[in-house]
Amino acid sequence: MVDLTHLRTYGQIAWLWIRAAWQYPTSFVLLAVGNGMITGLDFVGLWIMFAHLNDLEGFTLHEVALLYGSASLALAFADTAIGSVERIGTYIRTGRLDQMMTKPVPLLVQVCADQFTLRRLGRLTQASVVFGWACTYVDWTPLRVVVAVSMLVSGALVFFGLFVGFSCIQFWTTDATEFANAFTYGGATVTQYPLNIFPREVMVGLTFVIPVAFVNWYPCLYLLGRPDPFGNPEVLQFASPLAGVLTMAAALLVWRSGVRHYTSTGS
Amino acid sequence: MLHVAVATRTFRRYSTYRAATLAGIFTNSVFGVIYSYAYLALWNENPTAGGYDAQDAVTYVWLGQALLMTIALWGGGTTDDLAERVRTGDIAIDLYRPVGLVGWYLASDLGRAAYHLLTRGFGPTLIGIVVFDIALPASPLHAVAFAVSLVLAVIVSFAIRFLVASTAFWLLDQSGVKVMSGAFAIFFSGMMLPLVLFPGWLGTLSNALPWASYVQVPADIWLGKHVGTGLLAALGFQVFWAVVLLAACQGVLRLATRKVVVQGG
Repeated sequence: MVDLTHLRTYGQIAWLWIRAAWQYPTSFVLLAVGNGMITGLDFVGLWIMFAHLNDLEGFTLHEVALLYGSASLALAFADTAIGSVERIGTYIRTGRLDQMMTKPVPLLVQVCADQFTLRRLGRLTQASVVFGWACTYVDWTPLRVVVAVSMLVSGALVFFGLFVGFSCIQFWTTDATEFANAFTYGGATVTQYPLNIFPREVMVGLTFVIPVAFVNWYPCLYLLGRPDPFGNPEVLQFASPLAGVLTMAAALLVWRSGVRHYTSTGS
Repeated sequence: MLHVAVATRTFRRYSTYRAATLAGIFTNSVFGVIYSYAYLALWNENPTAGGYDAQDAVTYVWLGQALLMTIALWGGGTTDDLAERVRTGDIAIDLYRPVGLVGWYLASDLGRAAYHLLTRGFGPTLIGIVVFDIALPASPLHAVAFAVSLVLAVIVSFAIRFLVASTAFWLLDQSGVKVMSGAFAIFFSGMMLPLVLFPGWLGTLSNALPWASYVQVPADIWLGKHVGTGLLAALGFQVFWAVVLLAACQGVLRLATRKVVVQGG
């Protein structure tokens, strides 16, 4: 399992980058505020949508806020912790990956901690506020608390997996960074809305292929005490941890084969 | 002639990254599909929201995805090169060249925009036409006006990005200001949600700010929401902001050159 010394190394590298970013203090503050604003305005957008609506396919603003907050929080955790893995194409192109390979720290730890940035705290704060607000409308039971906590952890795991897995495409083609965005940020966007606004095929795809439906949709149905609009079995509402672990495992496999495939650019 | 040469070189520079372009078209299209369904759900519930019908709304989504890179909504484009040259001090060389800096970078950015329009613009638009049956321009006149409006949109966006990059003269690093500016651009351009849906004073304000030139104005022209003098007024709005902001760029550059301290000797 997770080796604690690696976690410590990760922390040290991350701390190094925080201090480096602080060399431009104005930029540092503006970056954090700006990122918070981008996601904050995102929610204002949803709110404006509801000025023209009573409900979105049967979901009220509070319920959509719960979906939005939980997905955004999961993405924020993953993005803050390992978002740098997106930059792997740059490391390959510039030869930095070769340097990293010579160091006695696992490659994945180095890549994830590299260019660690606290600016994503903006998103984390904003997502927490929206999620907290939406939570006040949930009719809590002990089991719902358990499901909510496992939803956030599993959601972060799913996004961890998507970030790592899709970034590996860059081992084969180094400049296709944006391809991964369709699944990571696209996954975060798709989960902002109730899944029943999409056709059935999309629901199937987001359950079995890119399992972002487990990030918030299924557990939130349970938290809200709603029947599944697609008539899916209720057991899916508790399956998020499984989806998280499976996504993560698949991503690590892809990562290993990516690293094996890697041959230096040689320049 | 010089500026045309600059523009074509930049066009070619951007066209080097083919896989990146394909990945980008794919990603824009995924977002196009997501937003299309979200808007369809909205207009299904409220069929006349903001004076659009469902087809207008879906067309708007795909136009937004097509314009995203062309107008460099997130910031970036060739003005990133400028900011980097300020940070490294190479800007000193640029400043004693016998060519205006604003014109040089504008030409370069138009070259970039042309490449992004041909690839990242046409790609998602085609997918939108095939998959979601989006509306075509209301008339040939509107198609021509849309093209003009698009050039103006790039110029307005360039001027704002140039101003953002110029902050590097004082802050040395533009990234913070760039993210802030990007946040405003996404919200006030109508990229996130059409400005026609913005209620009351927020709607009035956002339709008066320069960012409205990015997506809302060109999209409304495409959809045929402006006719006759209204069409001229829409283009006039963009010209106004283009002129004001380009003048601001010149002004800021004059201030900045007085302040240039070349680093690293």
